[in-house]
Order: sequence, then structure tokens, then C-alpha cells
Amino acid sequence: MEEFSNENVEVNEALPENEPQTTSEENSIGSLVEGVMKEQDIKKVSAKQRAMKIAVQIGLYVFLGIMALIVLFPFYYMLAISLKEFNEYYLLSGYENLSELQQLYPQTLAWHNYVDAFKTGVLDRLFFNTLYVGIVSTILSLVITVLSAFAFARLEFKGKNALFAALLATMMIPGELFTITNYITVYNLGWEDSYKVLIIPFLVSIFYIYLLKQNFQQIPNELYLAAKVDGTTDLKYLWKVMIPLAMPTIISITILKMMGAWNTYLWPKLVTNDEKYWLITIGLRQKFKAEGAKPQIPQQMAAVAMVSAPLFLVFIFLRKYIMKGVSRSGIKG
Amino acid sequence: MAKVTNFFHTVFVKAIWQTFFVKWIWQTFCIAWVHDAFWKNLVVKKWKFDRWKGWVYLLPAIILLAVFTIYPIFNTVRIAFLDDYRNAGHNAGEVYTMGIENFRWVIKDTLYFLPALKNTMLLCFITVPISTFLALLIAVCLNAIKPLRRFLQTIFFLPYVTNSIAIGMVFMAMFNVTGHVSISMDNAQTLGVVNIFLQAIGIEPINWINAGSTYWSNMAVAIIYIVWNALPFKILILLGGLQSVNKQYYEAAKIDGTPRWRVFTRITVPLLSPMLAYVVITGFIGGFKEYSSIVGIFGDDMQSAGGNTLQTMVGYIQNSLDPMSGDGEGVASAAALILFAIIFVVTMINLYVSKKKTHY
Repeated sequence: MEEFSNENVEVNEALPENEPQTTSEENSIGSLVEGVMKEQDIKKVSAKQRAMKIAVQIGLYVFLGIMALIVLFPFYYMLAISLKEFNEYYLLSGYENLSELQQLYPQTLAWHNYVDAFKTGVLDRLFFNTLYVGIVSTILSLVITVLSAFAFARLEFKGKNALFAALLATMMIPGELFTITNYITVYNLGWEDSYKVLIIPFLVSIFYIYLLKQNFQQIPNELYLAAKVDGTTDLKYLWKVMIPLAMPTIISITILKMMGAWNTYLWPKLVTNDEKYWLITIGLRQKFKAEGAKPQIPQQMAAVAMVSAPLFLVFIFLRKYIMKGVSRSGIKG
Repeated sequence: MAKVTNFFHTVFVKAIWQTFFVKWIWQTFCIAWVHDAFWKNLVVKKWKFDRWKGWVYLLPAIILLAVFTIYPIFNTVRIAFLDDYRNAGHNAGEVYTMGIENFRWVIKDTLYFLPALKNTMLLCFITVPISTFLALLIAVCLNAIKPLRRFLQTIFFLPYVTNSIAIGMVFMAMFNVTGHVSISMDNAQTLGVVNIFLQAIGIEPINWINAGSTYWSNMAVAIIYIVWNALPFKILILLGGLQSVNKQYYEAAKIDGTPRWRVFTRITVPLLSPMLAYVVITGFIGGFKEYSSIVGIFGDDMQSAGGNTLQTMVGYIQNSLDPMSGDGEGVASAAALILFAIIFVVTMINLYVSKKKTHY
């Protein structure tokens, strides 16, 4: 009997349904043979269920694995093409008879594509411009955002709520509406083809102010009052207490802003005709135009790989902040 | 008579007296207030500064927002209603009449605007349901596994941290015909990497984006890319939602022996409905502003080698702003207002539907 009751416990764990209870009843009645049969039945059922569960799990992994491969394939193929010879990609002389499998990977590693792409694209200039614009606009934007968020979160002044509501309302309007007038404005100011035109117009993001304000408000007001009693100035309090406590949000904003500089296309294309001020996306699209029947695609892919690499590096090291920031903001850049 | 006079007298005097009395109170009050304010200003100057300090902190943001966000809203609406407006910087001193000429021009523009509108609508209404459904499927599967979840989650997030122009070029290369330029379908081994896979599962190779390709094959490439690009954000949000769902519902369903599909449609989807609504609404808003993915695949002119235009609304606005070949800022503003109106209406419909269907 002891054995059976032990079995029962196991079955109970595996099957939270009605059956175990009935078996324990049967057992308590004491019919040994019947009890054994029941146990076997239950074992069968639970084995079946376990098999089902494993099958489902395998199915899940297979499905997710296939989807993951589909998601990853463009990245792999980008690297694969970037290391192919020009003739190899187009199956020209010397490569006419590549089998379908052989087309999926480079036969020889043509690293020279990267050097060529760097030269064709003048990538050093593009990288410098993008980094410069990204860093300067991020720093300025952070200063402005922190000050405004502090004002909205901690200070009391007339018209605060009305102003904040008005600013939030502008978030609903698509950016293209601003772009048109801003284009006219910077044109009339004579700002075309300069760094400031890339930095200043979209410096302040209401969304980031909102995000940081929410974060600041979570910091208890008592800290602020205590600091006031101690005679700390607002700015010192902001620097010593608020910013360290809101650091995760600030890091998220920084990353998203930098990624924005890396990805922006529409505005820089409007306001920069001079190659000297091109950002990475503009340069990539303009320098590697798919013209003619056979554009230099391996070189192009090498450039794409070099442009994508920094984003991946940032992602690998700061994954947590990026995913947190994105899930809260829902915007790219 | 006397009675009447008396009555008048009483009322009149009372009225005057009351008036003066009121006036007197009022005066006293004013003097007191001015007095008070004067002393307060002298004594507690800092108190006065505190009332304005908030504005000082906000000053840089306010100035920039006023010039580059608030003013543009009004100005863009204004120039949309100025007939054939072009930036004064180009031909100074011109006076424009008010009117709806820009809107009329845009709506009659069968060559550029209407195709752009059609493309945008198609892309939006095809990609959003597909990507939402796929994302939901992947998120539910991710939620059901334990080992490797973190790892797979990271992989599915990867497309988000990319440059949409750059990866658009990769998709172009994937669908590109490699090998002979004159495409003969019987020579199947030279038709690009996607066609290799299609052949492996027994589908005829397709001319996706090269010369002679059809509008719908071009669209298919755009749709595949946009869905690929839209998945990570949706998966992230939906998985976050799934993980915050109370486990008790599932345990209750398990005890009742509810089949998996019913659990999905009756528990998971309703509990996820706020997240789904959020994902769909942001998806539509982003879809109507589709631009850089098309530029990535098909280049600046948004034309495929097959001669089909894949212009979108934002692309149309962008082209109108071109000082040389564009239709001018007035037309661009009109198109932008139409885009805004469409987004607004679709968002409102979405909100209305989700309010009816959302279970919170």
C-alpha cells in the first residue's frame, strides 16, 4: 500500500485533474488488482500528456527557430555578399557554374570590398559627421530635457499644467507638418548646409521631457524639501540627486537619440546638398546608387555592414536600456 | 402720495448708501492688497522669483519649441491655404491669395499624389494586420518556452536596431536578379537568393524588382521588408503584455481542461487587447508615414526598375519641397494636412473599435 500511495503522490503532481482523487478512493477501498490497473492507466495517460507537452514544446522551438532564421537571414546575407567578388555575385566569368548551395556563401573572402566601399563612400567623413551631430545634439538635448523635466516635475509656477497639456497635444501631429515650415525657416535664415541645421530644429523632444518628468516625479518630494532645508540650490540638487536617480531613463534617452542621428534621413536630405555635411544614411543612399544593370552590390553591402556594425555593438552592450526605452517610448530615434 | 415719496426716498437712499458702502469696502480691500503686495515684494523678493523660476528652467525648451514646433503648426496650415505658395526666399515679395487651390491641385494629381495615396493605403492595410498577427504568434510562443527565451527574444529584437535605409539595400540585394540580365525563367539557377529558396520548396522563381517586374511583385518586396522591420517592436510590447497577465486565469483554464485554442482566443487575446490596440494604432500611424524603407529598396526616386512607382505620401511631400522640380511648399502643406487628417481619422476609428473591444 505504501508503494501505491507514493505513486499517487507522483501522479497527483503530474495530473491536477480529477483522476488522482478517484484512485485514492479506490485504494482506500483496498482492491489491490483494480488499484494496479488504475495506476497503469494513469501512467499511460500521464505519459501521453507528457509526450504531448514535449511535442508541443518541440513544435514551438521549431517554429521560433525558423522565424529566427528568417529574421537573421538578411544580416547573414549582407555579410555573405559583402565578402563576394563582383563577378561571383552576378555569376559572371569564372563563377558561371556555382551551384545553388554555393551561391549562399562566398567562395573566397573578398575583404577588399570593405576598403573599396570606404573609399567610394568617403565613409570617414560620413561617420565623423554623424557622430558629431549625434553627440552634440544628444548633449544639448539632454541639458534642455533635464531642465524642463525638472521644472515640470518639481517646481510650482503659473500655467504649468496648461503648458504641459499643450505640449503633449502637439505630440499627436505628424512630423511632416513641422518639416515643411522648418524647411522654410532654415532656408530663410540661411542655415542650409551647416551642422546647426542638422542639430537645432529637432533638438527638443516633448516625449523625452514627458518620460523624464514621469521618472523625476517618482523621486519622493521629501528629498527635495530636505535639500531645501539644508540650503542646497535647485541646480545642485538636480545634479546630485535627481540625475543619478533617473540615470536609467537618461541612458535610454541618450541611446535613442544617438540611434536617431544614425537613422535619420528625411530632414538631412532636405537641408544638405553639400557632401561635406552629409550624414551616414544620405551618403549611403547617394554614393551607392543602384544605377545601371549591375550596380556594385558587394561593395554596397560592405558599406551597409560597416554602417550597421556600430548599432549592433551598442545593442550588444546596452541591450537592457534600449529594450526598456523602446518599450516605453515606441519610437525609433 | 407721501407714502410713495417715502418709498422712493427709502429705496433711493438705501441704494446710494449701499453703493457707497460697497465702494468703501472695495477701496479698503484694494488699498490693503496693494499695501500687502508692496511689502511682500520688498521683504520676500525671493518668493517672487520662485514663481517665475519654472519658466526660467523651461526657457531654452520653450524658445526652440515655439520656433520649430508651435509656429510650424499654424504656419503650415496657413500656407496650405495660400494658392500656389512658394517660399518667399525663392521669389521675394510675391503676394498670395487665400484659397483651396493647393488642395485641388493635390487631389487632381493623378500622376503623383493619387498613386502615392494608393501605395500608402495598401502598404498600411496589408502590413499592419500581417505584422500584428505574426508578432502575436511569436510572442505567445516565446511566452510558452523557458530555456532560450531570452536569447530568442534578443534575436527577434535585432531588426529594430538597424538603419532602415541600409537594410532596405540588403533586401534589394536579396531579391535582386543575379546572373543574366535578360531573364529567362528556364535558366533558374541565376535568379537570386530568394528565388533559390522558392525553388527549393517548389515555387516558380519570380522577377521581384528588376526590369520587367510587375507592380505587385515590387509591392510584395516592400511588404516583406516592412513586416520584417515592424516585428521587433510589436513582439517586445506584446511579450511584455503577456508576461504581466495574471497566471491564475491560465490555471483556471487548465483545471477546466480548456483546449489551447480556446485559451488563446478567450483568455490571451482579451487580456492582451490593450497592448494589441496600442500596437495596431502605432502600426497604422507608422505605416502612413512609410518612407525610408521604400527609399532603401528602390532608391531616392521610389521607382522600381520595372517602371512602377512606389511613391508614398511622405515621399510626395518630400518631393514637393524640392526647390527645382517640386510643386512648392503650399502643395506640400496641403498634402501633409491630408495625411494628418487620414491619420487622425484612422486613429479615431481604431480608438473607437478598441474601446468597444478592449476588456479593461
